[in-house]
Amino acid sequence: MAATRETVEAVDEAVGKYKYGFSTDIESEKAPKGLDEDTVRFISAKKNEPEWLLEWRLDAYRRWLTMEEPEWAKVSYPEIDFQDSYYYAAPIQDEDRPKSLDEIDPKIRETYDKLGIPLVEQMALAGIAVDAVFDSVSVVTTFKEQLAKAGVIFCSFSEAVQEYPELVRQYLGTVVPATDNYYATLNSAVFSDGSFVFVPKGVRCPMELSTYFRINEKDTGQFERTLIIVEDGAYVSYLEGCTAPMRDENQLHAAVVELVAMEDAEIKYSTVQNWYPGDEDGVGGIYNFVTKRGDCRGDNSKISWTQVETGSAVTWKYPSCILRGDNSVGEFYSIAISNNLQQVDSGTKMIHLGKNTTSKIISKGISAGRSSSTYRGLVSVHKKAEDARNFTQCDSLLIGEKCSAHTVPYIESKNPTAILEHEATTSKLSEDQLFYCRQRGLDAEEAVALLVNGFCRDVLQQLPMEFAVEAQKLVGISLEGSVG
Amino acid sequence: MLEIKDLHASVDGTPILKGISLSIGEGEVHAIMGPNGSGKSTLSNVLAGREDYEITSGSITYKDKDLFELAIEERAAAGIFLAFQYPIEIPGVTTMTFLKTAVNAQRKARGEEELDAVRFLKLVREKAALLNVSDDMLRRPLNVGFSGGEKKRAETLQMSLLEPSLAILDETDSGLDIDALKVVADGVNALRTAERSMVVITHYQRLLDYIVPDFVHVLSGGRIVRSGGKELALELEETGYANVGESAA
Repeated sequence: MAATRETVEAVDEAVGKYKYGFSTDIESEKAPKGLDEDTVRFISAKKNEPEWLLEWRLDAYRRWLTMEEPEWAKVSYPEIDFQDSYYYAAPIQDEDRPKSLDEIDPKIRETYDKLGIPLVEQMALAGIAVDAVFDSVSVVTTFKEQLAKAGVIFCSFSEAVQEYPELVRQYLGTVVPATDNYYATLNSAVFSDGSFVFVPKGVRCPMELSTYFRINEKDTGQFERTLIIVEDGAYVSYLEGCTAPMRDENQLHAAVVELVAMEDAEIKYSTVQNWYPGDEDGVGGIYNFVTKRGDCRGDNSKISWTQVETGSAVTWKYPSCILRGDNSVGEFYSIAISNNLQQVDSGTKMIHLGKNTTSKIISKGISAGRSSSTYRGLVSVHKKAEDARNFTQCDSLLIGEKCSAHTVPYIESKNPTAILEHEATTSKLSEDQLFYCRQRGLDAEEAVALLVNGFCRDVLQQLPMEFAVEAQKLVGISLEGSVG
Repeated sequence: MLEIKDLHASVDGTPILKGISLSIGEGEVHAIMGPNGSGKSTLSNVLAGREDYEITSGSITYKDKDLFELAIEERAAAGIFLAFQYPIEIPGVTTMTFLKTAVNAQRKARGEEELDAVRFLKLVREKAALLNVSDDMLRRPLNVGFSGGEKKRAETLQMSLLEPSLAILDETDSGLDIDALKVVADGVNALRTAERSMVVITHYQRLLDYIVPDFVHVLSGGRIVRSGGKELALELEETGYANVGESAA
């Protein structure tokens, strides 16, 4: 737990309202601004990709040109000029990628230290392996050797393309097709890096795997691609964290995450998302348009999403489960906090295809300031999904008078044996509770943090322990200034 | 310890307290009695600093400081504790977590070292045993689903951990049967010291059989209409509030 404490202290020490709002002055190599086929070719060439992958990207790009941005979400933002952004930015390093932690640019290390990501020895204590993605490329993957002994592959996506091209080719785009939606298709064309995990049959991954994403470069979009494959009877727990420096302009983040769980496999995927949310007046911040989907491909498989969403100016995100295998289980635990002018439209899709499939959705939305938070969910039971079962609970907590919360649950059932339950509550943080806490000595912000953490407890408990503390801290930080 | 001078306070423009003066010395226990609507709870809320009340005139000095200069949590850190008539439910926050957060918030505000989990646990176990607060209760979210007796025991436990200089007990007897009342009263009595002052607000004399006050004041229509020793409470039990109010009018 020493690492956790240091992480928390590092959060405390960082200054300003957004505690991760520093940028690091590192020389970087960028693709020319804008987006056309040459950009796609440039990225692919930079990464020395095989021909099939370039073609896959180009197909996606051509498809993307024919698509339109989705407008159904309850979010509004100025039109994005896709030509006014860089699609590839890599810190310039010596000829080769670093072989060990000592070889990484000290400035990048410093950035991670400020973020409180203990890339060095502390990680060993915490027993976590980290893949750190800085702007577009993966900087280093720790603990690769220990994992290799267990047969687990955990590396950057680019490296996987070089080292395990067959695995990548077999699974890429099988959960989120390149044609899936506007942002996923854009990602398929220009994704620059991300993480790759492969856990072979019967292996229980010996440590938590973790990726840290950070957007540093100005005017840069970040398009990572994560692919996690867990074979029969195997298990992995994976955590991603995200931050970005404070900038006045908006930055686009359009990631794709694909999970594949084979028979009796289990994937636990946790996210702590703290992208820069913009300032009090809504200037700047990240547009977080992310497609995350898990495929319970085998019988008795399980995929569990846990997300703590506190950042981003606009969030558009629906981590979903396709319950294809019989008896498969999908879970979605979410905390979405919005403050100031943040807009969140998030939820999940549970697609029941197999027999005896079960899904559970626990969503906690907290709105403060003038923000808007929408839960949008789909529970769909297909014809052959005998005895499907879903339980959904959506709780919204409002802080102050000017925020809003919305719940938009869609339920479709084509099988009469399905049992679907939906519960929803909306409440306001009460003056009585605040007064009570303050009478016991907590200041207003501590009181809000405590009360909101209590409200989110069911979800926080789902996080790996090392990160639950950090997430609790983050809940407090992101609601600063919301009362009094 | 506490000096209230000619205090007037309103809620939404309606005057509730209409000129209260009261002086409480170190280690003294003062009972404030009165009928419903006389301003008892308003007085306790004003002392704790609740923001829905408008102070229209008068002053309160606490430990030689102007109380109105202090925020709610600053008053708490300075030793003012209010035991609530209706303790508030805090869903999802275990009693143990709440206690630790409160104790350490006050220690931090006073520039004292925060207690670590091990030391705190030991302290809580000691104090909880005296009040018949079980480990199970400490693991449950504070006040959520607690019985009336459990809520008041939890309040008393908080008081014993926070060790206030001035404890205000607002209708601590409400919602308690006689056995529960005894447990709570024993807990409160164990906290009486030569330095610690208490204000015991109650409608009924019953509580004062167990927590015996040094002084009794009768509040009626927003004013203190009579003050005396503990025997005044017994007198009220026989004659009721109506006569007291009239005699002052």
